Amino acid sequence: MAGESENLTASSYIDHHLTNLTFGQLPAGTRPGQDQAIWTMAHNGAEAQQMGFMAIHVDMMGWSLVLGLIFFLMFRKVAKTMTSDTPSGFQNFVEMVVDFVQDNVKSMFPYKNPLVAPMALTILVWVFLMNFMDLIAVDLLPFVAQLFGEHVLGADPHHVFFKVVPSTDPNVTLGMAFDVFLLILFFSIREKGLGGFIGELTLHPFSNKNPIVQAIFIPINFVLEFVNMIAKPVSLGLRLFGNMYAGEMIFILIALMYSAGPVLGIFGGGLQIVWAMFHILIISLQAFIFMVLTIVYMSQSFETSESH
Amino acid sequence: MSFNLTFIGQMIAFAVFVWLTMRYVWTPITKAMEERQKKIADGLSAADRANRDLELAQEKAAQELREAKQKAAEIIDQANKRSARLVDEAKENARVEGERILAQASAEIEREQNRAKEALRAELASLVITGAEKILETSVDAKAHSEMLDKLSAQL
Repeated sequence: MAGESENLTASSYIDHHLTNLTFGQLPAGTRPGQDQAIWTMAHNGAEAQQMGFMAIHVDMMGWSLVLGLIFFLMFRKVAKTMTSDTPSGFQNFVEMVVDFVQDNVKSMFPYKNPLVAPMALTILVWVFLMNFMDLIAVDLLPFVAQLFGEHVLGADPHHVFFKVVPSTDPNVTLGMAFDVFLLILFFSIREKGLGGFIGELTLHPFSNKNPIVQAIFIPINFVLEFVNMIAKPVSLGLRLFGNMYAGEMIFILIALMYSAGPVLGIFGGGLQIVWAMFHILIISLQAFIFMVLTIVYMSQSFETSESH
Repeated sequence: MSFNLTFIGQMIAFAVFVWLTMRYVWTPITKAMEERQKKIADGLSAADRANRDLELAQEKAAQELREAKQKAAEIIDQANKRSARLVDEAKENARVEGERILAQASAEIEREQNRAKEALRAELASLVITGAEKILETSVDAKAHSEMLDKLSAQL
């Protein structure tokens, strides 16, 4: 693509596309002549790796926040002018979404809680918007960012990395999943009591009337149930991440075809359209699944009767 | 791609957006939607009520119409009766009046007759006397014979 240097290879192109714009604490001695740890932008993937946990993906976080704000402001605008008379224009759309979320919550979450439904709405729209970034041409925004970085900020264009799909970053998806997990713990303990919660973890699925046998069962149960519990947020976050990462990867691979001659280029263009159409299904489905699973997990944490 | 602070950042961002949505988006929107539902329900029940009212009013109107018709019929009936009575009365009056007039007339006639008879009688008496005088060529003691003549005329 334009703006890339001539010695571009397929693997460096992919690498470039999979590297985040990272700001973090660079340990001492990573760069030549650097004798103490500094907070800076990583110049390449290796430097980002060196930063370890003390780093933040500026592009992911930025897009995540921007998209969250777009969602919030869009809906807030409607909420402010909301009338109970005949709705019109955008209000119809917003009401449709809210209605859809409400129906889902009502059918899967039979308890009273003011948090679950708004959370479901936030997840549905926000995750959808994050996923939607995948449909914007893979090189467009990174290219714009590169130009911006080079000419406005004076950075080396090869050091400007820019990923635009927040849901292809496991930090982002797991971050949301972990919030859900914290809520699961909170509601479980609040609804069942600490004893009930621990009981749920240790007295199932094996139980016996004999206390000695039961004592043997407890650690086994705990291992099983603990894995089961941890699997919830991990699978929730990784499912979204995996789907979106794979989707983006395919977009990148298709984009590679453009540099491989006119025939492959045209073929790639066709593929791009087909994959984008298919991806529309995936991005909405994944946003929906994330929402539904969150509601289901919330519902499970409210369930006081031991039905499994 | 590595596990880092982005995780924490997204956790915070997610929590904040959920809170914002709950506070500033979800509540007002669902409230307005509920309000609309209530409005529609109210409107429907009002329409129902209006329909029922209309039915009642129609029934009442029909009943009143029926009553009015009945009353009108009654009035007409009464009027008919009254007119018949009036006619009867008038007929009776006329008959009575006629009879009275007739009676008066016959009384008058009788009176006239009597008067004529009286006059004739008187005339006859004087004629008889005159005749007798002529016959006898003597004066008759009118006094002595008037009694007898009266008796005669009474017999007439």
